[in-house]
Amino acid sequence: MTDPLNASLENKSGYDGPDSPYSVGWTRPKKVILADRDNPLPLDCGSNFYPVTVEYETYGALNKAKDNAIFIIHALSGDAHAAGWDADWEKDNRPWRGDRPGWWDQMIGPGKAFDTSRYYVVCANILGSCYGTTGPWENGPRSGKPYALDFPVVTVEDSVRLQVRLQDYLGIKQLRAVAGGSLGGQQALAWAINYPDRIRSAIILAASARLGAQGLAFNAVGRQAIMNDPCFQGGSYYGSKPPASGLEVARMLGHITYLSNSSMEGKFGRRFQNGSRPCYRLNSEFSVESYLEHQGRSFVQRFDANSYLYLTRAMDYFDAAGAVGGDLASACSAIQARLLLIAYSSDWLYPSKDTRAIAKAMLANEQPVSFIEIPSGYGHDAFLLESEQTTPLLESFLKKV
Amino acid sequence: MISSKRWDHRLIFSLVEPGSSVLDLGCGNGELLARLIEKKQVRGQAVEADHDQVSAAFQNGVDVYQGDLNRGLPEFRTKSFDYVILEKTLQVLTRPMLVLEEMLRIGDACFVSFPNFNSSGVVEKLLETERMPVTEALPYYWYDTPNIHLFTLYDFIDWIEDHQVVIIDGYAAAGETWRHLKLPEDSKSAEELLFLLRKE
Repeated sequence: MTDPLNASLENKSGYDGPDSPYSVGWTRPKKVILADRDNPLPLDCGSNFYPVTVEYETYGALNKAKDNAIFIIHALSGDAHAAGWDADWEKDNRPWRGDRPGWWDQMIGPGKAFDTSRYYVVCANILGSCYGTTGPWENGPRSGKPYALDFPVVTVEDSVRLQVRLQDYLGIKQLRAVAGGSLGGQQALAWAINYPDRIRSAIILAASARLGAQGLAFNAVGRQAIMNDPCFQGGSYYGSKPPASGLEVARMLGHITYLSNSSMEGKFGRRFQNGSRPCYRLNSEFSVESYLEHQGRSFVQRFDANSYLYLTRAMDYFDAAGAVGGDLASACSAIQARLLLIAYSSDWLYPSKDTRAIAKAMLANEQPVSFIEIPSGYGHDAFLLESEQTTPLLESFLKKV
Repeated sequence: MISSKRWDHRLIFSLVEPGSSVLDLGCGNGELLARLIEKKQVRGQAVEADHDQVSAAFQNGVDVYQGDLNRGLPEFRTKSFDYVILEKTLQVLTRPMLVLEEMLRIGDACFVSFPNFNSSGVVEKLLETERMPVTEALPYYWYDTPNIHLFTLYDFIDWIEDHQVVIIDGYAAAGETWRHLKLPEDSKSAEELLFLLRKE
């Protein structure tokens, strides 16, 4: 959900360079076709979709027993590049990767929470995204042109169905863990409910069984900003000017929901952008304004507006208890995985009480569960920023599952 | 392995049946439940309000739910655990009776331990010094004590009798030694008490 790149920048401890013993080093994206004419991917919307390519990365080594694999699942704006330094960033024209490591580099690497000297860590770009896995930006096989809005509406469950194919492709019967925050956490929950015997544990950070009305509302406004941009052209803007200003506004709005009131107050307050006095102008005056504008502008350099529409919609649709009339305990009764739920005290996009609801459902089923609320002022972004508090929890958890 | 010097820890540990299910309310750092899981293969769940303790309990290998007992425990089904434990927590709760009723509903049997505010050491110190006593069992000054509900052994027994609760067993401790509860003498001599209760 949050901007992982920006979250990394907030980390005062800096990056582990590619030669650091704590870094997974240089990485290269891999690609595999996991759905074709003979074996299409069934989607919740009813269509049987193909072809589907998945871009993914792996860190560490799969052991002989094949029982040390962990799937990391990224959020709205993330990608498969979860750790290390992309050796192919120039070739693949991804300049934003040139000066920083993967989005969860603080958590993935030798000696880190997801210790790559012990575990085989896999991260795949999710269905509908714009970083190598099939999405609206890709040429459809029949038209030879980008799908744009002809791309099917995909769901969290569809995305997980595709990741299950990756699991099979990699020859792994059971994953040690699936782990993700925000939209990634929703996918981890869908894994636990829909594929109980394929995972031994699920780590769900800053996520809930369903987005509340407030979250739906924010997503709706973001999509409207994109679709009302004159450059949007019904989504068929590929090859011409993209709806950058719409996506920029969507991102600015999104960003507000990833921070907290106190973190914004602390970081910007009412500071002016230039000097201590007002300039009596209407364009960017306060530092919070220019910060958001910067976030918006850098986002449009690296993200596709149509992917934003599709992935926010997937987030909207997700309701873990939707299929059973809203009874979350009944939905969770299938879960066999050991569940670790982590919420962050100042997160108002996925409030702690919504993550807690999953734990209560588990308790009502007499299923063991851990629910931990980490005190943090960072808002929703905390799941990317509070590595120091999260790391010891994950370390001890992964050793025991 | 985690060691435990607390008498109520040791006693509860020895009394819990192997392979049973245990809900530990206010589990602290989780060392009792972790031992029960490891040595007696119990199915364990812990609840704790304090984040640092939650974090410690979790790292001790206990499934722990961070939550406030004073809100009650509606998510837990009736008679869903063989044992529910509330160790030296009753006196710090804002709604102690709600929690007692809830644990008696959820557990087949319940362990409850608490400090005895009527122990002669406490009472004599109060009378002598004319100040709130600070003892080993009650190691706080009046202004920083978490103990907000002060009660005696007989207060507790009164409540038990009024609520159709059965005392399966009672234990009284002074210092590091304990014995089966003896009335009336333990009303004054016990520094801490442990009950095993059941609601019919």
